[in-house]
Amino acid sequence: MPKITFIEPGGKQRTVEAPVGTTVMENAIKNGVPGIVAECGGACSCATCHVHVDEAWKEKVGPPSPMEEDMLDFAFDVRANSRLSCQIQVTEDLDGLVVHTPAQQG
Amino acid sequence: MSKASTSEPIKTDAVIIGAGPVGLFAVFELGLLDLKAHVVDILTKPGGQCAELYPEKPIYDIPGWPMITGEGLVENLLAQVKPFHPHFHLGERVESLTRQQDKSFRLTTDVGTVIDAKVVVIAAGGGSFESKRPPLEGLEVYEGKSVFYLVRKIEDFRGKRIVIAGGGDSALDWTLNLAPVAKSLTLLHRRDQFRAAPDSVLKMKALAAEGKIKFELGQLHALEGEGGQLSRVIAARDDKSEFPIEADVLLPFFGLTMKLGPLANWGLELENGLLKVDTEKFQSSEPGIFAIGDINTYPGKLKLILSGFHEAALMSQAAARIVNPEKRIVFQYTTTSTSLLKKLKAS
Repeated sequence: MPKITFIEPGGKQRTVEAPVGTTVMENAIKNGVPGIVAECGGACSCATCHVHVDEAWKEKVGPPSPMEEDMLDFAFDVRANSRLSCQIQVTEDLDGLVVHTPAQQG
Repeated sequence: MSKASTSEPIKTDAVIIGAGPVGLFAVFELGLLDLKAHVVDILTKPGGQCAELYPEKPIYDIPGWPMITGEGLVENLLAQVKPFHPHFHLGERVESLTRQQDKSFRLTTDVGTVIDAKVVVIAAGGGSFESKRPPLEGLEVYEGKSVFYLVRKIEDFRGKRIVIAGGGDSALDWTLNLAPVAKSLTLLHRRDQFRAAPDSVLKMKALAAEGKIKFELGQLHALEGEGGQLSRVIAARDDKSEFPIEADVLLPFFGLTMKLGPLANWGLELENGLLKVDTEKFQSSEPGIFAIGDINTYPGKLKLILSGFHEAALMSQAAARIVNPEKRIVFQYTTTSTSLLKKLKAS
């Protein structure tokens, strides 16, 4: 099963197993990863599951959709590698994915 | 849609905090038992999360509806509660809740509405929707003095150097509305695209072209000032370079988030930020104060709209016994009871 590593701003890491077809956000919530709020439950309408995709993974994960890019307007510290984790679907290709949680979601 | 009333308290049987689907259905269930309800919500429209977070998203687990949108569900619920003429107090946040000598409750909102009710139903979902606060050091010192999340009176901003941050409708609308009174106005947004009405964007760009406002690409980075009075907003570009914007006030518009808010201070028993209730009456640790929907917790709780509906029905039985202790409650079906049918068709 693919693994995803979440890194907090303080540097604390945690790696979780993420079934193919689920979203990165769902795995964060299921495993109680701090820093992912996901207020709207994955509807791409709240921007509280914002992550910075690790530079090494940016290409593979790809850019946000136009709707997601719009939603990122409501996040803080938005960077070129910003994504909403509810919009990243886990695939075998993403095994080992590293994402960073921001200092504050909202 | 009542405005601030400061003098005479409104008297009612039940006051419901939260106009989401569960709060709305509570109006219906209380109504069947002849309890009149007032509903308070911080949002300016009924529907709660269904209206604010996912109006267009399909919901698949409402019994009897293979698929319905958040907006559709709210519309149907509003039609369903219409016979009971609920009074809505929208755009108001409940600030305090106290018990009075006659055992009734007095609830006060942030705009001064006072409601006296025999029972209180907290159907506040994930809490109240409040403006997102940007993660800036020392922000709280400026809040309410020179950093604001809403504009109550345009005149308060006359002659000021205003910075508006964000790229949604609120940011654009206030840019257009405050530009005529501002000494200077800068709109700060992270990109050259806006999630706002295209017409507002065109108008904003025209103002910028005429030099009446300034549009800057960047994000909030830091605040400078003294004693809560802002002097400069420091913005950062994508390449991390920083630049200052002279400012008297900052208006950040980054949407809403849910916070538990004042109800955390009402002395009710909480567990992980949720109100503990029993599963017979859905009553909180304070008799007469009920909690239904996502805001409550009990063994086996599921945060589903349908669970909230069930909780509303049982809560209403208990609430009716408090409001009308002398009255015997006869269990009836809406399909066959002549008295219930009369109430439902009374509108």
